[in-house]
Amino acid sequence: MSTEALPRHRQLGLTDWEAERIPELLGREPTDPELVMFSLMWSEHCSYKHSKPLLGAFPSEGPHILQGPGENAGAIDVGDGMAVAFKIESHNHPSAVEPFEGAATGVGGIVRDIIAMGARPIALLDSLRFGELTSAKSRFLFRRAVAGIGHYGNCIGVPTVGGEVGFDDCYEDSCLVNAMCIGVLPHDGILRAAAKGIGNRLVLFGNKTGRDGIGGASVLASAELSDDEDKRPSVQVSDPFTERKLMDCCADLARRGLFVALQDLGAAGLTSAASEMASKGGLGLRIDLDRIPLREAVMLPAEILVSESQERMLAVVTPGDADTVIALCRDRFDLDATDIGEVTAGDRLTATAGGEVVVDIPARFLADDAPVYEVPQNPAPAPVPLDLASVAEPADLAAAWLALLAKPTVASKRWVYEQYDQLVGADTIRRPGGDAAVVRLPGTNRAIAVTTDCAERHCQLDPRAGGAAAVFEAARNVACVGARPAAITNCLNFPNPEKGHTGWRLAQAIAGMSDACRALGTPVVSGNVSLYNESAARIIFPTPVVGMVGLLEDAARSVGHAFSQEGDVVLLVGSGEPRLDGSEYLGRAEGHPTPPDAAVEVSLCRLLADAADAGLLVSAHDVSAGGLAVALAEAAIGGGIGATTQIAPAERDDVALFGECGGRVVVSCRPDVEHDLRELAGDLPVACLGVVGGDDIAIQVGHTRVSIAVGDAGNAYERAIPEALA
Amino acid sequence: MTTVRPTVAVVKFPGSLDHDSAARAAAQAGADATLVHHKDEALPAGTTAVVLPGGFSYGDHLRCGAIASRAPIMRAVIRFAADGGRVLGICNGFQILCEAGLLPGVLRPNRSLSFICRQVTLQVDDDATAWTGALASGAQRSIPIKNHDGAWFGDPTKGRVVFRYDETNPTGSHERIAGIANHEGNVLGMMPHPECACDPLVGSDDGRVVFDALVGAVSVGA
Repeated sequence: MSTEALPRHRQLGLTDWEAERIPELLGREPTDPELVMFSLMWSEHCSYKHSKPLLGAFPSEGPHILQGPGENAGAIDVGDGMAVAFKIESHNHPSAVEPFEGAATGVGGIVRDIIAMGARPIALLDSLRFGELTSAKSRFLFRRAVAGIGHYGNCIGVPTVGGEVGFDDCYEDSCLVNAMCIGVLPHDGILRAAAKGIGNRLVLFGNKTGRDGIGGASVLASAELSDDEDKRPSVQVSDPFTERKLMDCCADLARRGLFVALQDLGAAGLTSAASEMASKGGLGLRIDLDRIPLREAVMLPAEILVSESQERMLAVVTPGDADTVIALCRDRFDLDATDIGEVTAGDRLTATAGGEVVVDIPARFLADDAPVYEVPQNPAPAPVPLDLASVAEPADLAAAWLALLAKPTVASKRWVYEQYDQLVGADTIRRPGGDAAVVRLPGTNRAIAVTTDCAERHCQLDPRAGGAAAVFEAARNVACVGARPAAITNCLNFPNPEKGHTGWRLAQAIAGMSDACRALGTPVVSGNVSLYNESAARIIFPTPVVGMVGLLEDAARSVGHAFSQEGDVVLLVGSGEPRLDGSEYLGRAEGHPTPPDAAVEVSLCRLLADAADAGLLVSAHDVSAGGLAVALAEAAIGGGIGATTQIAPAERDDVALFGECGGRVVVSCRPDVEHDLRELAGDLPVACLGVVGGDDIAIQVGHTRVSIAVGDAGNAYERAIPEALA
Repeated sequence: MTTVRPTVAVVKFPGSLDHDSAARAAAQAGADATLVHHKDEALPAGTTAVVLPGGFSYGDHLRCGAIASRAPIMRAVIRFAADGGRVLGICNGFQILCEAGLLPGVLRPNRSLSFICRQVTLQVDDDATAWTGALASGAQRSIPIKNHDGAWFGDPTKGRVVFRYDETNPTGSHERIAGIANHEGNVLGMMPHPECACDPLVGSDDGRVVFDALVGAVSVGA
């Protein structure tokens, strides 16, 4: 192995400068376990050292925000003393190396973040990106990642209700697997990670500790990928059955009020959990490594400290409750539970093994004092509008329309979501396949709407506008089902920030997302950053995935995306200038996509939620990838009924049909409420497109009439992904 | 005469997932629903019916339902069934009933070898058991499936076929069998999830007939 020639700190992923900084901080040379702990905690994945200076730009406050960034997840007020906790997180690099376990443990990790808030997980979403399905490697990664997500989510009994999947060659070497989890809890039940109470006990419970996932956060997740198979032992192994027991156990112990603090063991394992709990609480922790239940006969102290074995939690409990907690874990939930140490005065994280102190360092050195780097800000050239003359106009627009419906990024994702249990809990009101999923809050008539979205080509071409476009698209999706956008989480998937324009694009995308969040009043409550998503051959588009939660006062008022009744009026609400630049139809990142109009987006979201409240809408569907023609086709396919429409002409028919921009939603309503809807819309443009009915989807644009049969559209749309995989 | 609310025991194994929604559906049908721990030796006093809910009991280790079928509570369930008590096994519960020998056949992996979550159309077949209420043979119900090992295989003459899938037969089940009861008719196993079809907002309320039967007059086997 070539790595054996490297100095120890380089093997661990630390730079020479970082390795020199450690003895300066400590006033002595670190022990080997300490060096290993520093290497993990100072990795990009754990410390956000390249993104931290930029993340402060996100708006994170609002009257309904109960917990902003900094804890295991964010939390918002949803009324009646209830809160919703949510977060999205990446598991990209492990999934690129071993897609089944990588994706499965990605789901497991985000679920434990929600559990650690004291919440009960009620929904999962997954945002996925792969190379084109013409590539055997991408088909393998796609199949196995979906299987892994299903395996884990189905087995733990949390419904997977939504997400998105996109395909582009830039993801061929660096697939993206982002998982989002949402949980519910009472306001007064929010748990925090800060250690409290000198003399309180530390209880480690869940799975035993093994040698899996060692170095996962540093050498795997914080570097560009190469020689993937050598890194396979760095991928963790999933055990969803234990996770389910852990969920039930944490809910039971939280209800009994037995937790002083709770933290999950994720990246960097015990090291991260313990140092963050100590640092947040301004106290010390002492851990006896000899007490930790191991999966292997012998493990080194460093291995125990940074093992990323899954399905483990660390709790602070009072000395009087420790025996009760351990007995409940063992007897009622068949989980290992062990008293591994205590909360101490001071600020030091200490660990002993075989009676010797092997770690003795201020916890904040690990948790808070990682070096911070300013990433280079090299602006990319300004986007240049697409030269339409370079794009051949199709002779057969109907054929082009069907071909667009059959592009894997546009086509139905049924093959994906049918492998997920969407229904467990019996509160899923809008299933995958529409604009946003709707999940009723258990025991109430309220519901949340949830979606994930991104506009990666737009971000590549014009990152500030693209970042905003992603947030506005998520808001439109949530509003289409009748909900009011409330808050977001995000996962910033970017290439190496030290190279090229990436650092600038990262800052620009954050600025754009922040602009949109301020306009909508949807703060950022949690998030995650995944950098170095590139190989020698391919660099991913900047992919800042937005996970949005919206609220519905009355679950029964939610709106679907499908046409329903013959004779309903089809309207286009909102406005925007469709362009082929960066569109699905164009199929490449070229040109200058239409920048979003914040005023239109905000009014549009308000109108959709108001109209749903008033019961005016039969359907509402966002116009996004594939433009107006695809949006109309999807509404028709969903309802199994056609429509006859006329749309505004543009410089070319294909621009009018397939051009993309934000700010537009196709709705249908009974003819007798069209007037009410227009009244409600005020200054927001409402254009009548036509009427629902028949077996064809017909669009008149200028003098051109394009028509396809609903059945043909449905076949193209539904068969594309299964056939690409066959 | 005083009216006593029926008491439905919903057994919770480690890895059970649909126990809460099954209990909610039983309560909606008029029962007092109680969750029963798998390590209990006896059903609650006055139990009028038992549900073995869906999920992944014991993580599907060994074979779906195999370990759960030998849990302490199952001895009580088997006695209860032998005495004519009504027992409903849904999805993993169906697999447990087959493993426990209360129902014929086995559940094999779906034809697609993948998990399938889909709203499906069921047809009532044998309409003489209590489970389908007043529905006649051939009546159609829309109820979702969500399973990986949902293809029933066995000898249908060893029981009574209560539900079949429509011609799409999504799991690849033998003779499109979706739910089968014992000869006495008091024990039903079905792969589709009626507890996820008790509310039109969630997709349909076509599953209520099964829960109405579960908590209805206890005259099965008579």
